[in-house]
Amino acid sequence: MTNPVQTSLLSGIDPEITARLSVDRRAFFKRSVASLGMLASAPMVLAVTAQQAFGQSLPAEIKDVLNYALTLEHIEDFFYRSGLEADGLIPHEYMAIFTHIGLHEAQHVALLESVLGADAVARPEIDATAGGQYADVLTNFDTYLTLSQTFEDLGVAAYKGQAGNLIGNNDLLQTALQIHSVEARHAAIVRKIGGKKPWDGAYDEPMSKEDVLAAAQPFLA
Amino acid sequence: MSDLSRRRLLKWTGASASIAVAGAILPNFGISAALAADLGEGDIGVLNYAYALEQLEAAFYTAVIDNPYEGISADETEWLTDIRDHEVDHRDFLKEALGDDAIPELEVDFSAVDFTSRDSVLNTAKTFEDLGVAAYNGAGKLIENVDYLAEAGRIVSVEARHAAFIRDLLQPDSVAFAGPEVVDDNGLDAAKEPADVLAAADPFITSDVTANSLV
Repeated sequence: MTNPVQTSLLSGIDPEITARLSVDRRAFFKRSVASLGMLASAPMVLAVTAQQAFGQSLPAEIKDVLNYALTLEHIEDFFYRSGLEADGLIPHEYMAIFTHIGLHEAQHVALLESVLGADAVARPEIDATAGGQYADVLTNFDTYLTLSQTFEDLGVAAYKGQAGNLIGNNDLLQTALQIHSVEARHAAIVRKIGGKKPWDGAYDEPMSKEDVLAAAQPFLA
Repeated sequence: MSDLSRRRLLKWTGASASIAVAGAILPNFGISAALAADLGEGDIGVLNYAYALEQLEAAFYTAVIDNPYEGISADETEWLTDIRDHEVDHRDFLKEALGDDAIPELEVDFSAVDFTSRDSVLNTAKTFEDLGVAAYNGAGKLIENVDYLAEAGRIVSVEARHAAFIRDLLQPDSVAFAGPEVVDDNGLDAAKEPADVLAAADPFITSDVTANSLV
């Protein structure tokens, strides 16, 4: 079963992911749910001793949204740190841009962690090659750009999909929107570097948490 | 006021508005207050607020495509035409959604823009796009209906893509696409309140727009 939104987001970007999602969605979905459960368990133990009043006072549903966002930010943060450390991967003329994008992702991680306090999920184990599917991601700039665009467009769709869950918490809704548009700025510049249009049309579509996690799952080692 | 005089006033007000849009052919008989468009309250107010900004952007890019700046490249024409089409789409979508609650068509003033100059056009575009992003980011919390919030979300990230792209046209391959004047040390884009956004847009909008219930 193919989700038209997801297909349009990923098509032309990453045929292999699109194909795998179309063929194997159920399996990915199951694994992503299991994986998220594991991600959430370790910090729960630590939370007992934590004194982060802000995080503690948030409703569980809000914490779930923020931890989901934090997981995606961890993947992006790891992806850019790995890319920036890989000698000769990013052409000199684009180093400033990728350094800047990486800085924002690290800032997003820090911000979400500070809001969640002890309830923040731990950084997951991340595999930028997605189990070898993108074995040359840190040596081939074309592959790196493809995945960068995928992560940024995915991030835009993911935050967009959660806005409704933050209605009523004005501070967090606005913060999420402020991250959301920065991810869109990233997506635009990465697309431009890749010789693509910065947009797909007049509207960006949201993605559900399940679909986003299914797309991200191969990168969670 | 009698029903008859009320009807006359409404008719008069409507007629005045259309005259103003057509370019002030007739003298304005001291009734400019009647032209003032208040955005309204609640979600209608927020949607009208977005509609006002999209009208401004759509009018601007329509003028840009109708009067290409000197030295415009084929790629730039294509991309700016895309942006025009997006803004016209956003404008028409919001107008349709608002129905009878939509504010009138706004009269715009781009006399400060030199449409022959790439620098002038793109810097104005940058102002509008960054303003649009900050406006939607700041208005999200004012929206009560989850469906309207979702629609605003579908629009704002496209505005952010425009903003990044325009900024990169002005300063290619730099961090300008998300530079420190728009993205803060927490990695957050700007969010502006309606009063601040309307003040920034005011020089470009001739019609009186008030947001008495929104600000």
